[in-house]
Amino acid sequence: MFLRSEAIRGYTLLSPTLVVMMFGMCAPFAIMVAVSFWTQHAFDFDTTFTLGRYQDVIDKPIYMALMLRSLAISGACTVVTVLLAYPMAYYVAFHVHRHKLIWIILMTLPFWTSYLLRVFAWKVILGFNGVINSGLKGLGLIEQPLEFLLYSPTAVVITLAHAWAAFAILPIYVSLEKIDRSLLEAATDLGDGPVKRFLGVTLPLSLPGIIAATLLIFIPTVGDYVTPALVGGPSGIMLANNIQAQFGKVNDWPMGAALAMAMMITVAVISVVYIWVTRKAAGRIV
Amino acid sequence: MSNNDAFIILTGVSKHFGPVVAVDDINLTISGGEFFSLLGPSGCGKTTLLRMLAGFESPTSGEIFIDDAPMSEVPPYQRPTNMVFQNYAIFPHLNVRANIGYGLRYDKLSKAELDRRIDESLEMVKLPGFGTRRSEELSGGQRQRVALARALVKRPKVLLLDEPLGALDKKLREEMQLELRALQESVGITFIFVTHDQEEALTLSDRVAVMARGKALQVASPQQLYNCPVSIEVADFIGQMNFIDARVIEVEGERAVLEARGLGRVRAVASADFVRQGAQVVVAVRPEKLSLSYESSSDGRCSVQGEMKTAAYLGDRSHIYVTVDGCEKPLSVAAQEVESSSGQPIERGSEVWISWADESLVLLPVA
Amino acid sequence: MREVSYIERSNRPLHVYALMYLAFLYIPVLFLPLFSFNDAVYAAFPLKGFTTKWYEQMLASEPMFAALTNSIKVGATTALLATVLGIFGAKAVTRYRMPGKQPVVFVIMLPLVIPGIILGVALLILVTRLGINLSLYTVTLGHILISVPFAMATLIPRFEGFDKSMEEASADLGANAWSTFWRVTLPMVFPGVLASYLLCFTISFDEFIMAFFLAGTDPTLPIFIWGQLRFPLLLPRVLALGACILAVSFVLVFIAQWLARPGAIRSLDSRP
Repeated sequence: MFLRSEAIRGYTLLSPTLVVMMFGMCAPFAIMVAVSFWTQHAFDFDTTFTLGRYQDVIDKPIYMALMLRSLAISGACTVVTVLLAYPMAYYVAFHVHRHKLIWIILMTLPFWTSYLLRVFAWKVILGFNGVINSGLKGLGLIEQPLEFLLYSPTAVVITLAHAWAAFAILPIYVSLEKIDRSLLEAATDLGDGPVKRFLGVTLPLSLPGIIAATLLIFIPTVGDYVTPALVGGPSGIMLANNIQAQFGKVNDWPMGAALAMAMMITVAVISVVYIWVTRKAAGRIV
Repeated sequence: MSNNDAFIILTGVSKHFGPVVAVDDINLTISGGEFFSLLGPSGCGKTTLLRMLAGFESPTSGEIFIDDAPMSEVPPYQRPTNMVFQNYAIFPHLNVRANIGYGLRYDKLSKAELDRRIDESLEMVKLPGFGTRRSEELSGGQRQRVALARALVKRPKVLLLDEPLGALDKKLREEMQLELRALQESVGITFIFVTHDQEEALTLSDRVAVMARGKALQVASPQQLYNCPVSIEVADFIGQMNFIDARVIEVEGERAVLEARGLGRVRAVASADFVRQGAQVVVAVRPEKLSLSYESSSDGRCSVQGEMKTAAYLGDRSHIYVTVDGCEKPLSVAAQEVESSSGQPIERGSEVWISWADESLVLLPVA
Repeated sequence: MREVSYIERSNRPLHVYALMYLAFLYIPVLFLPLFSFNDAVYAAFPLKGFTTKWYEQMLASEPMFAALTNSIKVGATTALLATVLGIFGAKAVTRYRMPGKQPVVFVIMLPLVIPGIILGVALLILVTRLGINLSLYTVTLGHILISVPFAMATLIPRFEGFDKSMEEASADLGANAWSTFWRVTLPMVFPGVLASYLLCFTISFDEFIMAFFLAGTDPTLPIFIWGQLRFPLLLPRVLALGACILAVSFVLVFIAQWLARPGAIRSLDSRP
């Protein structure tokens, strides 16, 4: 009896937030799903139910190509970012003894500033007449500017890896910080040198952080269009750019909705499979 | 299994953490097969000393030798020691078997031998069949045994135990104490045991080092510590003790005569150099070495009259506090029953006589 | 003689790596202010001389100030509403036992893992189908949705670290729920509230992807910048603007992070 009352009071308090969030997400998604089954003629919507847009997604090769490229770029970016971030998180967790907070702030500060500007900074760096090229030219190391730097999938990966670094560092740091130091001492006492100790204790126990980091980077970057637009060039365009165009120049909203749905479903499926696989693998460490 | 009398040697070992001196010039020699305890209040340096033996801290000065080998350049994973941690440090991501077998991969055993040893150690700590359980499914006492098994399965030459029984409730703790002692005797290796519980240290150990403020105050067997403490600090830490100021009147060979406050003229064994004619000393006597009665003692023992103040009932015995004229604090007397020789219980405020034997008095230097 | 214990002993290569990584994080961003003072139209080496003219030009731009004002309005409103919702949510989640709490919290945190474009597009469709005009209000709505998870994430630790018995003591002394909240709870979680406000403001202020879809004729500052990027000659002015935004964001976030720290974290202590 009392418990129910407490739950009711709790939910009442939670209700404004819950209502806003659920409305803010469910309603838009519901209608986006609906629109994806429509057709658009100029500025009118033909609301008869049709799978035509989804058919286009599967039939027209460009969409699959963009989807695969987006997944590949996101995947590469995720791997690079997590690999680069792990040692950094490890350093702060285990080798910083004073002023840890300062380090944490330092690591995450760049992330909380304008995303647009950070991508733009890389455009400046990687550009034809940009920092790297003019610098190398000035030093006499190259004659012609390096072309592959900008307007390529590589540029997108580098820029994204830089922009999302903080999202990788924080979850990994938190899970490393939680590891009881006496477990590390126990492993050492039982015979582990530094490497074996890392593989046997530190890495397995930091796995939740790694999983969180990979998802936190992979999912948002799949849908990024700013970075490809600024530094991707024609070969670096991702699916999100196309979706944006559907709502802009191309003016085919149902198509855009269908593509957005396709992207979301693909990402959700991949994430679920990923979590399932890692759970199984983690369970086998016995 | 070695009975080397100088199996572990510490010479001049100190540890400084910045300005803080955690361990101050410790010199110890520990035999093989000995159950040796480090006893003291928290902050006395006993855990730091243990960690230096394990290799997790390195001494600021001094040397540690184990089995004739210097340990200064030897990292923890290469030392012939294994440790049972205070919080057990059971790996949460591995089950019990994997925990116990964790260190065995370095011993180059066949799979069959590995399994056999793990089974053996599970039997030894009375946890057969617990192999597939995980850390969160175990109680505190069970985790403690797994930690023990994990350390012992590697057959180290020295087992280091960091207050392993501290988190257990009293009954379980006493059970485990007996089991630990039996285990040590059957395995035969050196145990170094850190505790702040003096009863525990006295029960389990062959010898105890009483520590305070980083120094070793006295290193001796439990009997010696109890009956012949060398200072007020040690005497006070181990069990209960009555302290009375006194002045030495004369010394005759092994006997001294003293004038003690409140007790009057007493005789005691002259144990050390500080017992000189005219010196101020402290007379110390254990509560159970004092006897209480309504009459003055008739067998020639020293006695003194006092007034009974309060009694603390402890179940199997009582501590009776008697005020004696001239004594600063009431004397504590341990008695089985609070009765006079006529069978009547002694009442508060009644006049009583306390008596003792000369050999029961211990002389200690003034603090 | 090693001062630190074996587990904590230092690792040279890792130390070097950490410094290099920090450089990697900061240097690209620091080029913006660098070239904003450079007397040249193109951001390239060699540097051509110090000048503040780009800042002067930027400050003289009326559309820029209009966009700036819009961003501030949207940011302030978003931060306020998101923080209020966050306070309700954090208090409910940390103080009451509720069945189904986990999934509910998961739903509230969902925007964190939805790509911005999808949320932006979905909201765009909803809003236009409902016949609502795109404006700063629609942008604010979108920003609130993505800010609430951050507000909750900042406030929940604050509420958890705050001893419940103080609220009980207040009630015991006669204060009703509202009074307790104002006089006991709020002052104690205030640093978290402030941190949440600053964080949400910064998120909204810098947010581009959703704003792009949801804005009407009044641009926010990032939208304004995006528009300027078409014109290479205007580049230095954009750099100047970018440098200013960077500086302000840095300061705000630094304050927010400092305030958001829990009272006494184990990780701040250097001795085990």
